[in-house]
Amino acid sequence: MNSQPRLVAAGYAGVFGLLVLLLLSSSLWLGDSPLHMQFEARLMPPSAEHWLGTDALGRELWARTLAGLALSFGVGLSAALLGTLIALSLASLAMLSPILDALVSLLIDTLLSVPHLILLLLIAFALGGGTQAVIIAVALTHWPSLARLLRAELLSLRNSPYVAISKGFGKRQGFIVWYHLLPHVLPHCLVGALLLFPHAILHEAALTFLGVGLDPTQPAIGVLLADAMRYLTGGYWWLGVFPGLGLLLMVLAIERFASMLRKAL
Amino acid sequence: MRLTAWLASRLLRLLLVLLSVAAVSFGLMMLSPIDPVDAYLGPQMAQVSPEQRTLIAERWGFNAPASVQFHHWLQQLLSGELGWSHIYNQPVSDVINQRFQRSFFLLLSAWLLSLILGVVLGIAAGSKEGSLLDRLISGYAYITASTPTFWLAMLALLLFSVTLGWTPTCCAGPTGVLSQEVTLLTQLHHLLLPTLTLALLGVATITLHTRAKMAAFMRSDTALHAFAQGASRFDIAWRHGLRHASLPAVTLAFASLGELFGGSLLVEQVFAYPGLGQATVAAGLRSDVPLLLAIALFTALFVSVGNLIADGLYQWADPRIARDRTNE
Repeated sequence: MNSQPRLVAAGYAGVFGLLVLLLLSSSLWLGDSPLHMQFEARLMPPSAEHWLGTDALGRELWARTLAGLALSFGVGLSAALLGTLIALSLASLAMLSPILDALVSLLIDTLLSVPHLILLLLIAFALGGGTQAVIIAVALTHWPSLARLLRAELLSLRNSPYVAISKGFGKRQGFIVWYHLLPHVLPHCLVGALLLFPHAILHEAALTFLGVGLDPTQPAIGVLLADAMRYLTGGYWWLGVFPGLGLLLMVLAIERFASMLRKAL
Repeated sequence: MRLTAWLASRLLRLLLVLLSVAAVSFGLMMLSPIDPVDAYLGPQMAQVSPEQRTLIAERWGFNAPASVQFHHWLQQLLSGELGWSHIYNQPVSDVINQRFQRSFFLLLSAWLLSLILGVVLGIAAGSKEGSLLDRLISGYAYITASTPTFWLAMLALLLFSVTLGWTPTCCAGPTGVLSQEVTLLTQLHHLLLPTLTLALLGVATITLHTRAKMAAFMRSDTALHAFAQGASRFDIAWRHGLRHASLPAVTLAFASLGELFGGSLLVEQVFAYPGLGQATVAAGLRSDVPLLLAIALFTALFVSVGNLIADGLYQWADPRIARDRTNE
Protein backbone atom coordinates (compact mmCIF):
# COMPACT_ATOMS: atom_id res chain seq x y z
CA MET A 1 0.00 0.00 0.00
CA ASN A 2 2.91 2.24 0.79
CA SER A 3 4.86 1.40 -2.31
CA GLN A 4 2.36 2.80 -4.79
CA PRO A 5 2.69 6.50 -4.00
CA ARG A 6 6.46 6.06 -3.78
CA LEU A 7 6.47 4.41 -7.19
CA VAL A 8 4.40 7.27 -8.57
CA ALA A 9 6.83 9.74 -7.00
CA ALA A 10 9.83 7.96 -8.49
CA GLY A 11 8.15 7.92 -11.88
CA TYR A 12 7.38 11.58 -11.55
CA ALA A 13 10.93 12.41 -10.54
CA GLY A 14 12.22 10.45 -13.54
CA VAL A 15 9.93 12.20 -16.00
CA PHE A 16 10.71 15.52 -14.39
CA GLY A 17 14.47 14.89 -14.62
CA LEU A 18 14.19 13.89 -18.25
CA LEU A 19 12.19 17.02 -19.00
CA VAL A 20 14.79 19.22 -17.33
CA LEU A 21 17.63 17.51 -19.19
CA LEU A 22 15.83 17.87 -22.48
CA LEU A 23 15.16 21.55 -21.85
CA LEU A 24 18.64 22.39 -20.65
CA SER A 25 20.22 20.72 -23.65
CA SER A 26 17.70 22.23 -26.08
CA SER A 27 19.99 25.11 -27.06
CA LEU A 28 22.46 22.51 -28.31
CA TRP A 29 20.16 20.54 -30.58
CA LEU A 30 17.84 23.37 -31.55
CA GLY A 31 20.71 25.42 -32.96
CA ASP A 32 19.40 28.58 -34.57
CA SER A 33 16.05 27.12 -35.62
CA PRO A 34 14.06 29.27 -33.13
CA LEU A 35 15.33 32.35 -34.99
CA HIS A 36 15.54 30.90 -38.50
CA MET A 37 13.16 32.74 -40.83
CA GLN A 38 11.49 31.11 -43.85
CA PHE A 39 9.76 33.79 -45.87
CA GLU A 40 8.07 31.26 -48.11
CA ALA A 41 6.33 29.68 -45.11
CA ARG A 42 4.81 32.52 -43.11
CA LEU A 43 1.85 31.98 -40.76
CA MET A 44 1.47 28.33 -41.78
CA PRO A 45 -1.00 26.29 -39.72
CA PRO A 46 0.23 23.14 -37.97
CA SER A 47 0.99 20.36 -40.45
CA ALA A 48 3.35 17.41 -40.90
CA GLU A 49 5.97 19.78 -42.23
CA HIS A 50 5.51 22.55 -39.67
CA TRP A 51 4.59 20.68 -36.49
CA LEU A 52 3.11 23.54 -34.53
CA GLY A 53 2.84 25.98 -37.42
CA THR A 54 4.98 29.03 -38.14
CA ASP A 55 4.83 32.66 -37.08
CA ALA A 56 4.63 35.86 -39.16
CA LEU A 57 8.31 35.63 -40.08
CA GLY A 58 8.14 31.95 -40.95
CA ARG A 59 9.89 30.78 -37.81
CA GLU A 60 9.00 27.29 -36.55
CA LEU A 61 6.72 27.61 -33.54
CA TRP A 62 7.77 24.29 -31.97
CA ALA A 63 11.41 25.38 -31.89
CA ARG A 64 10.50 28.79 -30.51
CA THR A 65 8.24 27.29 -27.86
CA LEU A 66 10.94 24.87 -26.69
CA ALA A 67 13.57 27.62 -26.62
CA GLY A 68 11.12 29.81 -24.72
CA LEU A 69 10.47 27.08 -22.15
CA ALA A 70 14.21 26.59 -21.65
CA LEU A 71 14.59 30.34 -21.17
CA SER A 72 11.69 30.48 -18.70
CA PHE A 73 13.12 27.51 -16.84
CA GLY A 74 16.53 29.16 -16.50
CA VAL A 75 15.15 32.53 -15.45
CA GLY A 76 12.66 30.95 -13.06
CA LEU A 77 15.28 28.74 -11.45
CA SER A 78 17.76 31.59 -10.99
CA ALA A 79 15.06 33.84 -9.58
CA ALA A 80 13.78 31.15 -7.20
CA LEU A 81 17.29 30.38 -5.92
CA LEU A 82 18.14 34.05 -5.50
CA GLY A 83 14.81 34.66 -3.76
CA THR A 84 15.41 31.75 -1.38
CA LEU A 85 18.89 33.06 -0.60
CA ILE A 86 17.48 36.51 0.21
CA ALA A 87 14.71 34.97 2.34
CA LEU A 88 17.15 32.81 4.29
CA SER A 89 19.67 35.59 4.88
CA LEU A 90 17.08 38.10 6.01
CA ALA A 91 15.22 35.58 8.19
CA SER A 92 18.47 34.66 9.97
CA LEU A 93 19.45 38.31 10.18
CA ALA A 94 16.14 38.91 11.96
CA MET A 95 17.21 36.42 14.66
CA LEU A 96 20.23 38.50 15.66
CA SER A 97 18.46 41.37 17.40
CA PRO A 98 14.91 42.62 18.06
CA ILE A 99 15.53 45.82 16.09
CA LEU A 100 16.66 43.88 13.02
CA ASP A 101 13.65 41.62 13.47
CA ALA A 102 11.28 44.58 13.48
CA LEU A 103 12.96 46.02 10.39
CA VAL A 104 12.80 42.75 8.48
CA SER A 105 9.14 42.27 9.44
CA LEU A 106 8.32 45.77 8.26
CA LEU A 107 10.09 45.11 4.96
CA ILE A 108 8.15 41.85 4.53
CA ASP A 109 4.84 43.58 5.28
CA THR A 110 5.72 46.40 2.92
CA LEU A 111 6.56 44.18 0.00
CA LEU A 112 3.58 41.91 0.61
CA SER A 113 1.18 44.84 0.59
CA VAL A 114 2.02 45.86 -2.97
CA PRO A 115 0.55 43.48 -5.58
CA HIS A 116 3.33 41.32 -7.04
CA LEU A 117 2.88 42.53 -10.58
CA ILE A 118 2.99 46.19 -9.65
CA LEU A 119 6.12 45.70 -7.58
CA LEU A 120 7.60 43.74 -10.48
CA LEU A 121 6.78 46.61 -12.82
CA LEU A 122 8.42 49.09 -10.45
CA ILE A 123 11.58 47.01 -10.04
CA ALA A 124 11.89 46.14 -13.72
CA PHE A 125 11.40 49.81 -14.47
CA ALA A 126 14.09 50.76 -11.95
CA LEU A 127 16.57 48.27 -13.38
CA GLY A 128 15.78 49.05 -17.01
CA GLY A 129 14.53 45.63 -18.22
CA GLY A 130 16.49 42.70 -19.63
CA THR A 131 17.15 39.17 -18.39
CA GLN A 132 19.16 40.15 -15.32
CA ALA A 133 16.62 42.76 -14.28
CA VAL A 134 13.81 40.22 -14.55
CA ILE A 135 15.68 37.68 -12.42
CA ILE A 136 16.39 40.28 -9.75
CA ALA A 137 12.86 41.67 -9.90
CA VAL A 138 11.23 38.26 -9.53
CA ALA A 139 13.61 37.31 -6.72
CA LEU A 140 12.97 40.58 -4.90
CA THR A 141 9.20 40.15 -5.08
CA HIS A 142 9.07 36.48 -4.14
CA TRP A 143 11.25 36.25 -1.05
CA PRO A 144 8.85 37.82 1.51
CA SER A 145 6.36 34.96 1.82
CA LEU A 146 9.16 32.42 2.24
CA ALA A 147 11.04 34.70 4.64
CA ARG A 148 7.92 35.00 6.79
CA LEU A 149 7.68 31.21 6.95
CA LEU A 150 11.36 30.77 7.76
CA ARG A 151 11.24 33.49 10.40
CA ALA A 152 8.36 31.75 12.17
CA GLU A 153 10.24 28.46 11.99
CA LEU A 154 13.45 30.01 13.36
CA LEU A 155 11.53 31.74 16.15
CA SER A 156 10.04 28.49 17.38
CA LEU A 157 13.44 26.79 17.14
CA ARG A 158 15.05 29.57 19.15
CA ASN A 159 12.81 28.80 22.09
CA SER A 160 13.77 25.13 22.13
CA PRO A 161 15.73 23.73 25.11
CA TYR A 162 18.92 22.94 23.23
CA VAL A 163 19.31 26.51 22.12
CA ALA A 164 18.78 27.65 25.72
CA ILE A 165 21.53 25.25 26.83
CA SER A 166 23.87 26.52 24.16
CA LYS A 167 23.12 30.05 25.26
CA GLY A 168 23.85 28.98 28.83
CA PHE A 169 27.28 27.86 27.69
CA GLY A 170 27.88 31.43 26.61
CA LYS A 171 27.68 30.97 22.86
CA ARG A 172 27.12 34.11 20.84
CA GLN A 173 23.87 34.75 18.99
CA GLY A 174 25.61 34.53 15.61
CA PHE A 175 27.07 31.13 16.51
CA ILE A 176 23.66 29.82 17.55
CA VAL A 177 22.01 31.00 14.36
CA TRP A 178 24.74 29.53 12.15
CA TYR A 179 25.29 26.17 13.86
CA HIS A 180 21.98 25.38 15.56
CA LEU A 181 19.21 27.10 13.67
CA LEU A 182 20.24 27.21 10.02
CA PRO A 183 20.80 23.46 9.52
CA HIS A 184 17.21 22.88 10.64
CA VAL A 185 15.60 25.19 8.13
CA LEU A 186 17.66 24.12 5.10
CA PRO A 187 15.14 21.44 4.02
CA HIS A 188 12.40 24.09 4.27
CA CYS A 189 14.53 26.23 1.98
CA LEU A 190 14.77 23.52 -0.63
CA VAL A 191 11.02 23.02 -0.67
CA GLY A 192 10.49 26.76 -0.49
CA ALA A 193 12.68 27.29 -3.55
CA LEU A 194 10.79 24.61 -5.43
CA LEU A 195 7.45 26.16 -4.49
CA LEU A 196 8.68 29.61 -5.55
CA PHE A 197 9.83 28.21 -8.86
CA PRO A 198 6.46 27.93 -10.68
CA HIS A 199 5.40 31.36 -9.39
CA ALA A 200 8.66 32.81 -10.62
CA ILE A 201 8.13 31.33 -14.08
CA LEU A 202 4.56 32.59 -14.33
CA HIS A 203 5.52 36.07 -13.19
CA GLU A 204 8.46 36.23 -15.57
CA ALA A 205 6.16 35.30 -18.46
CA ALA A 206 3.56 37.87 -17.36
CA LEU A 207 6.15 40.61 -17.07
CA THR A 208 7.60 39.79 -20.47
CA PHE A 209 4.11 39.66 -21.95
CA LEU A 210 3.42 43.17 -20.68
CA GLY A 211 6.59 44.36 -22.40
CA VAL A 212 8.81 45.18 -19.42
CA GLY A 213 10.57 41.83 -19.08
CA LEU A 214 12.90 39.90 -21.32
CA ASP A 215 14.12 41.43 -24.53
CA PRO A 216 11.58 41.14 -27.41
CA THR A 217 14.24 39.63 -29.69
CA GLN A 218 14.55 36.61 -27.41
CA PRO A 219 12.16 33.70 -28.03
CA ALA A 220 10.64 33.94 -24.51
CA ILE A 221 7.13 32.59 -23.94
CA GLY A 222 5.93 36.06 -22.96
CA VAL A 223 7.30 37.47 -26.21
CA LEU A 224 5.70 34.69 -28.26
CA LEU A 225 2.33 35.30 -26.65
CA ALA A 226 2.56 39.07 -26.99
CA ASP A 227 3.30 38.45 -30.69
CA ALA A 228 0.33 36.10 -30.89
CA MET A 229 -1.95 38.83 -29.47
CA ARG A 230 -1.38 40.85 -32.65
CA TYR A 231 -2.52 38.00 -34.88
CA LEU A 232 -5.29 36.69 -32.64
CA THR A 233 -8.18 38.43 -34.39
CA GLY A 234 -6.89 37.05 -37.71
CA GLY A 235 -7.64 33.53 -36.50
CA TYR A 236 -4.01 32.39 -36.24
CA TRP A 237 -4.89 30.34 -33.19
CA TRP A 238 -1.77 28.16 -33.07
CA LEU A 239 0.44 31.15 -32.25
CA GLY A 240 -1.43 31.70 -29.01
CA VAL A 241 -2.36 28.18 -28.04
CA PHE A 242 0.88 26.19 -28.13
CA PRO A 243 3.39 28.42 -26.27
CA GLY A 244 0.90 28.91 -23.45
CA LEU A 245 0.08 25.22 -23.32
CA GLY A 246 3.81 24.43 -23.07
CA LEU A 247 4.20 26.88 -20.22
CA LEU A 248 1.15 25.48 -18.43
CA LEU A 249 2.46 21.91 -18.69
CA MET A 250 5.91 22.87 -17.44
CA VAL A 251 4.54 24.86 -14.49
CA LEU A 252 2.12 22.07 -13.64
CA ALA A 253 4.94 19.48 -13.68
CA ILE A 254 7.13 21.58 -11.38
CA GLU A 255 4.23 22.38 -9.10
CA ARG A 256 3.25 18.71 -8.70
CA PHE A 257 6.88 17.71 -8.18
CA ALA A 258 7.33 20.39 -5.51
CA SER A 259 4.21 19.47 -3.57
CA MET A 260 5.18 15.80 -3.70
CA LEU A 261 8.61 16.62 -2.34
CA ARG A 262 7.03 18.72 0.39
CA LYS A 263 4.87 15.81 1.47
CA ALA A 264 7.88 13.46 1.42
CA LEU A 265 10.02 15.72 3.63
CA MET B 1 -11.64 48.31 24.70
CA ARG B 2 -9.39 45.57 23.42
CA LEU B 3 -10.87 46.01 19.97
CA THR B 4 -9.97 49.71 19.85
CA ALA B 5 -6.44 48.98 21.05
CA TRP B 6 -6.11 46.31 18.37
CA LEU B 7 -7.50 48.60 15.71
CA ALA B 8 -5.22 51.45 16.77
CA SER B 9 -2.12 49.28 16.62
CA ARG B 10 -3.14 47.92 13.23
CA LEU B 11 -3.82 51.37 11.84
CA LEU B 12 -0.43 52.55 13.07
CA ARG B 13 1.14 49.57 11.38
CA LEU B 14 -0.80 50.35 8.20
CA LEU B 15 0.53 53.90 8.24
CA LEU B 16 4.07 52.65 8.73
CA VAL B 17 3.71 50.15 5.90
CA LEU B 18 2.32 52.81 3.57
CA LEU B 19 5.18 55.13 4.44
CA SER B 20 7.72 52.46 3.66
CA VAL B 21 5.89 51.53 0.45
CA ALA B 22 6.26 55.19 -0.52
CA ALA B 23 9.96 55.13 0.39
CA VAL B 24 10.68 51.85 -1.41
CA SER B 25 8.85 52.79 -4.60
CA PHE B 26 10.35 56.27 -4.60
CA GLY B 27 13.81 54.75 -4.14
CA LEU B 28 13.18 52.42 -7.07
CA MET B 29 12.17 55.32 -9.26
CA MET B 30 15.37 57.17 -8.32
CA LEU B 31 17.37 54.07 -9.27
CA SER B 32 15.90 53.98 -12.75
CA PRO B 33 18.32 54.67 -15.58
CA ILE B 34 15.54 56.48 -17.45
CA ASP B 35 16.16 60.22 -17.39
CA PRO B 36 13.12 62.02 -15.92
CA VAL B 37 13.61 65.00 -18.23
CA ASP B 38 13.62 62.71 -21.28
CA ALA B 39 10.52 60.95 -20.00
CA TYR B 40 8.79 64.29 -19.48
CA LEU B 41 9.75 65.60 -22.93
CA GLY B 42 8.93 62.43 -24.82
CA PRO B 43 9.29 62.83 -28.60
CA GLN B 44 10.18 66.54 -28.25
CA MET B 45 13.48 65.46 -26.72
CA ALA B 46 15.43 66.36 -29.87
CA GLN B 47 14.11 69.91 -30.06
CA VAL B 48 15.34 70.96 -26.63
CA SER B 49 18.75 72.54 -26.07
CA PRO B 50 21.01 71.55 -23.14
CA GLU B 51 20.34 74.94 -21.48
CA GLN B 52 16.61 74.36 -21.65
CA ARG B 53 17.13 70.88 -20.23
CA THR B 54 18.91 72.25 -17.16
CA LEU B 55 16.11 74.78 -16.77
CA ILE B 56 13.51 72.02 -16.88
CA ALA B 57 15.48 69.93 -14.41
CA GLU B 58 15.68 72.92 -12.07
CA ARG B 59 12.01 73.75 -12.52
CA TRP B 60 10.97 70.21 -11.53
CA GLY B 61 13.64 69.89 -8.86
CA PHE B 62 15.47 66.96 -10.44
CA ASN B 63 18.82 68.46 -9.39
CA ALA B 64 18.00 68.35 -5.70
CA PRO B 65 19.30 65.43 -3.58
CA ALA B 66 17.03 62.37 -3.38
CA SER B 67 16.07 63.01 0.25
CA VAL B 68 14.90 66.54 -0.56
CA GLN B 69 12.88 65.26 -3.53
CA PHE B 70 11.30 62.54 -1.36
CA HIS B 71 10.43 65.05 1.33
CA HIS B 72 8.89 67.34 -1.25
CA TRP B 73 6.91 64.50 -2.80
CA LEU B 74 5.59 63.35 0.59
CA GLN B 75 4.48 66.89 1.41
CA GLN B 76 2.63 67.08 -1.88
CA LEU B 77 1.03 63.70 -1.23
CA LEU B 78 -0.19 64.74 2.20
CA SER B 79 -1.81 67.85 0.77
CA GLY B 80 -3.63 65.61 -1.72
CA GLU B 81 -1.55 66.66 -4.72
CA LEU B 82 -0.53 63.50 -6.58
CA GLY B 83 1.15 65.16 -9.53
CA TRP B 84 0.58 65.29 -13.26
CA SER B 85 0.37 62.25 -15.50
CA HIS B 86 2.16 63.11 -18.72
CA ILE B 87 0.79 60.18 -20.74
CA TYR B 88 -2.85 61.02 -20.06
CA ASN B 89 -2.20 64.76 -19.72
CA GLN B 90 -4.42 64.91 -16.64
CA PRO B 91 -3.87 65.17 -12.89
CA VAL B 92 -2.91 61.73 -11.50
CA SER B 93 -5.83 61.77 -9.07
CA ASP B 94 -8.29 62.20 -11.96
CA VAL B 95 -6.71 59.33 -13.89
CA ILE B 96 -6.90 57.00 -10.90
CA ASN B 97 -10.42 58.10 -10.11
CA GLN B 98 -11.76 57.47 -13.62
CA ARG B 99 -9.85 54.28 -14.17
CA PHE B 100 -10.69 52.77 -10.82
CA GLN B 101 -14.37 53.42 -11.37
CA ARG B 102 -14.15 51.30 -14.51
CA SER B 103 -12.06 48.60 -12.84
CA PHE B 104 -14.08 48.52 -9.65
CA PHE B 105 -17.03 46.66 -11.10
CA LEU B 106 -14.71 44.20 -12.85
CA LEU B 107 -12.76 43.57 -9.64
CA LEU B 108 -15.84 43.32 -7.44
CA SER B 109 -17.77 40.93 -9.66
CA ALA B 110 -14.71 38.74 -10.28
CA TRP B 111 -14.02 38.68 -6.56
CA LEU B 112 -17.58 37.71 -5.61
CA LEU B 113 -17.79 35.12 -8.35
CA SER B 114 -14.49 33.48 -7.40
CA LEU B 115 -15.51 33.42 -3.74
CA ILE B 116 -18.90 31.82 -4.38
CA LEU B 117 -17.63 29.33 -6.96
CA GLY B 118 -14.56 28.53 -4.85
CA VAL B 119 -16.62 27.78 -1.73
CA VAL B 120 -19.16 25.67 -3.58
CA LEU B 121 -16.53 23.66 -5.44
CA GLY B 122 -14.34 23.34 -2.34
CA ILE B 123 -17.19 22.01 -0.22
CA ALA B 124 -18.34 19.65 -2.94
CA ALA B 125 -14.83 18.28 -3.30
CA GLY B 126 -13.92 18.18 0.39
CA SER B 127 -17.10 16.56 1.63
CA LYS B 128 -16.07 13.24 0.14
CA GLU B 129 -12.31 13.06 -0.07
CA GLY B 130 -10.99 10.83 -2.83
CA SER B 131 -14.30 10.57 -4.68
CA LEU B 132 -14.49 11.06 -8.41
CA LEU B 133 -15.98 14.53 -7.93
CA ASP B 134 -13.16 15.45 -5.55
CA ARG B 135 -10.51 14.28 -7.98
CA LEU B 136 -12.14 16.15 -10.84
CA ILE B 137 -12.47 19.38 -8.91
CA SER B 138 -8.98 19.28 -7.38
CA GLY B 139 -7.48 18.38 -10.72
CA TYR B 140 -9.24 21.34 -12.25
CA ALA B 141 -8.04 23.62 -9.45
CA TYR B 142 -4.43 22.45 -9.75
CA ILE B 143 -4.48 23.08 -13.48
CA THR B 144 -5.98 26.57 -13.22
CA ALA B 145 -3.50 27.43 -10.46
CA SER B 146 -0.68 26.76 -12.93
CA THR B 147 -2.30 28.58 -15.85
CA PRO B 148 -0.84 31.93 -16.87
CA THR B 149 -3.64 34.49 -16.40
CA PHE B 150 -3.02 36.31 -19.63
CA TRP B 151 -2.96 33.08 -21.62
CA LEU B 152 -6.35 32.07 -20.25
CA ALA B 153 -7.63 35.50 -21.21
CA MET B 154 -6.19 35.05 -24.71
CA LEU B 155 -7.83 31.66 -25.11
CA ALA B 156 -11.17 33.05 -23.97
CA LEU B 157 -10.81 35.90 -26.45
CA LEU B 158 -9.89 33.49 -29.21
CA LEU B 159 -12.77 31.14 -28.53
CA PHE B 160 -15.66 33.40 -27.57
CA SER B 161 -14.85 36.64 -29.36
CA VAL B 162 -12.92 35.66 -32.48
CA THR B 163 -14.27 32.20 -33.31
CA LEU B 164 -17.80 32.26 -31.93
CA GLY B 165 -18.33 36.01 -32.02
CA TRP B 166 -20.44 36.02 -28.84
CA THR B 167 -18.57 38.78 -27.06
CA PRO B 168 -16.77 41.94 -28.20
CA THR B 169 -13.01 41.71 -28.76
CA CYS B 170 -11.98 44.84 -26.92
CA CYS B 171 -12.58 47.92 -24.84
CA ALA B 172 -15.32 48.98 -22.46
CA GLY B 173 -17.80 49.92 -25.17
CA PRO B 174 -18.17 49.93 -28.95
CA THR B 175 -15.59 52.07 -30.74
CA GLY B 176 -16.73 55.47 -31.90
CA VAL B 177 -19.43 55.78 -29.25
CA LEU B 178 -19.04 58.22 -26.36
CA SER B 179 -18.71 56.48 -23.03
CA GLN B 180 -21.77 58.34 -21.66
CA GLU B 181 -23.94 56.93 -24.42
CA VAL B 182 -23.06 53.28 -23.88
CA THR B 183 -25.98 51.45 -22.33
CA LEU B 184 -25.60 49.38 -19.21
CA LEU B 185 -26.31 46.21 -21.12
CA THR B 186 -23.50 46.90 -23.60
CA GLN B 187 -21.18 47.67 -20.73
CA LEU B 188 -22.01 44.37 -19.09
CA HIS B 189 -21.53 42.61 -22.40
CA HIS B 190 -18.01 44.04 -22.63
CA LEU B 191 -17.30 43.14 -19.02
CA LEU B 192 -18.50 39.55 -19.24
CA LEU B 193 -15.38 37.85 -20.54
CA PRO B 194 -12.81 39.84 -18.51
CA THR B 195 -14.80 39.14 -15.34
CA LEU B 196 -15.07 35.43 -16.01
CA THR B 197 -11.36 34.99 -16.76
CA LEU B 198 -10.31 37.05 -13.77
CA ALA B 199 -12.66 35.09 -11.52
CA LEU B 200 -11.52 31.69 -12.76
CA LEU B 201 -8.03 32.23 -11.39
CA GLY B 202 -9.16 33.20 -7.93
CA VAL B 203 -11.40 30.14 -7.86
CA ALA B 204 -8.43 27.75 -7.77
CA THR B 205 -6.86 28.99 -4.53
CA ILE B 206 -10.18 29.34 -2.72
CA THR B 207 -11.32 25.90 -3.87
CA LEU B 208 -8.15 24.17 -2.70
CA HIS B 209 -8.19 25.98 0.64
CA THR B 210 -11.88 25.26 1.29
CA ARG B 211 -11.44 21.67 0.19
CA ALA B 212 -8.62 21.13 2.70
CA LYS B 213 -10.69 22.68 5.53
CA MET B 214 -13.73 20.66 4.56
CA ALA B 215 -11.79 17.38 4.33
CA ALA B 216 -10.30 18.01 7.76
CA PHE B 217 -13.76 18.73 9.14
CA MET B 218 -15.19 15.54 7.68
CA ARG B 219 -12.56 13.56 9.60
CA SER B 220 -13.32 15.38 12.87
CA ASP B 221 -15.24 14.04 15.84
CA THR B 222 -18.07 16.48 15.18
CA ALA B 223 -18.67 14.98 11.78
CA LEU B 224 -18.30 11.44 13.14
CA HIS B 225 -20.91 12.19 15.77
CA ALA B 226 -23.29 13.53 13.17
CA PHE B 227 -22.71 10.47 11.01
CA ALA B 228 -23.47 8.26 14.02
CA GLN B 229 -26.77 10.06 14.48
CA GLY B 230 -27.66 9.05 10.98
CA ALA B 231 -27.25 12.37 9.21
CA SER B 232 -26.49 12.14 5.52
CA ARG B 233 -23.22 13.36 4.05
CA PHE B 234 -25.00 16.20 2.29
CA ASP B 235 -26.68 17.26 5.53
CA ILE B 236 -23.39 17.35 7.39
CA ALA B 237 -21.64 19.23 4.62
CA TRP B 238 -24.48 21.73 4.32
CA ARG B 239 -25.33 22.32 7.98
CA HIS B 240 -21.94 22.07 9.67
CA GLY B 241 -19.28 22.10 7.01
CA LEU B 242 -20.43 25.22 5.21
CA ARG B 243 -20.07 27.38 8.29
CA HIS B 244 -16.82 25.76 9.17
CA ALA B 245 -15.18 26.18 5.81
CA SER B 246 -16.70 29.36 4.42
CA LEU B 247 -15.12 31.81 6.87
CA PRO B 248 -11.55 30.83 6.04
CA ALA B 249 -12.54 31.22 2.39
CA VAL B 250 -13.84 34.74 2.95
CA THR B 251 -10.68 35.58 4.86
CA LEU B 252 -8.51 34.19 2.10
CA ALA B 253 -10.48 36.15 -0.46
CA PHE B 254 -9.82 39.39 1.43
CA ALA B 255 -6.17 38.49 1.86
CA SER B 256 -5.65 37.81 -1.84
CA LEU B 257 -6.85 41.18 -3.15
CA GLY B 258 -3.32 41.83 -4.36
CA GLU B 259 -3.38 38.81 -6.63
CA LEU B 260 -6.77 39.86 -7.94
CA PHE B 261 -5.40 43.27 -8.76
CA GLY B 262 -2.30 41.80 -10.40
CA GLY B 263 -4.56 39.58 -12.47
CA SER B 264 -6.60 42.60 -13.55
CA LEU B 265 -3.42 44.16 -14.99
CA LEU B 266 -3.06 41.22 -17.36
CA VAL B 267 -6.72 40.70 -18.12
CA GLU B 268 -7.29 44.39 -18.85
CA GLN B 269 -4.25 44.36 -21.10
CA VAL B 270 -5.51 41.40 -23.14
CA PHE B 271 -9.07 42.67 -23.47
CA ALA B 272 -7.88 46.26 -23.95
CA TYR B 273 -10.22 47.24 -21.13
CA PRO B 274 -9.42 50.84 -20.16
CA GLY B 275 -9.23 50.34 -16.41
CA LEU B 276 -6.64 50.98 -13.72
CA GLY B 277 -4.66 47.86 -14.62
CA GLN B 278 -4.13 49.01 -18.17
CA ALA B 279 -3.12 52.45 -16.93
CA THR B 280 -0.56 50.81 -14.64
CA VAL B 281 1.03 48.94 -17.52
CA ALA B 282 1.03 52.06 -19.68
CA ALA B 283 2.64 54.06 -16.87
CA GLY B 284 5.34 51.41 -16.51
CA LEU B 285 6.03 51.14 -20.22
CA ARG B 286 6.04 54.87 -20.90
CA SER B 287 7.74 55.89 -17.64
CA ASP B 288 4.98 58.00 -16.15
CA VAL B 289 6.60 58.15 -12.72
CA PRO B 290 3.98 60.17 -10.79
CA LEU B 291 1.20 57.88 -11.99
CA LEU B 292 3.18 54.72 -11.25
CA LEU B 293 4.03 55.88 -7.74
CA ALA B 294 0.47 56.89 -7.01
CA ILE B 295 -0.89 53.56 -8.27
CA ALA B 296 1.65 51.65 -6.14
CA LEU B 297 0.49 53.55 -3.07
CA PHE B 298 -3.17 53.24 -3.96
CA THR B 299 -2.98 49.48 -4.46
CA ALA B 300 -0.90 49.08 -1.29
CA LEU B 301 -3.69 50.82 0.61
CA PHE B 302 -6.27 48.63 -1.12
CA VAL B 303 -4.38 45.42 -0.30
CA SER B 304 -3.52 46.45 3.25
CA VAL B 305 -7.14 47.23 4.05
CA GLY B 306 -8.04 43.82 2.63
CA ASN B 307 -5.48 42.19 4.90
CA LEU B 308 -6.77 44.19 7.84
CA ILE B 309 -10.32 42.99 7.19
CA ALA B 310 -9.06 39.41 6.82
CA ASP B 311 -7.24 39.63 10.14
CA GLY B 312 -10.21 41.22 11.87
CA LEU B 313 -12.60 38.60 10.54
CA TYR B 314 -10.37 35.86 11.82
CA GLN B 315 -10.09 37.38 15.27
CA TRP B 316 -13.79 37.95 15.48
CA ALA B 317 -14.64 34.43 14.40
CA ASP B 318 -11.91 32.55 16.19
CA PRO B 319 -11.09 33.94 19.63
CA ARG B 320 -8.23 31.43 19.96
CA ILE B 321 -6.16 33.54 17.58
CA ALA B 322 -6.66 36.71 19.60
CA ARG B 323 -5.64 34.81 22.73
CA ASP B 324 -2.49 33.51 21.03
CA ARG B 325 -1.57 37.02 20.05
CA THR B 326 -1.75 38.31 23.61
CA ASN B 327 0.34 35.41 24.86
CA GLU B 328 3.08 36.16 22.39
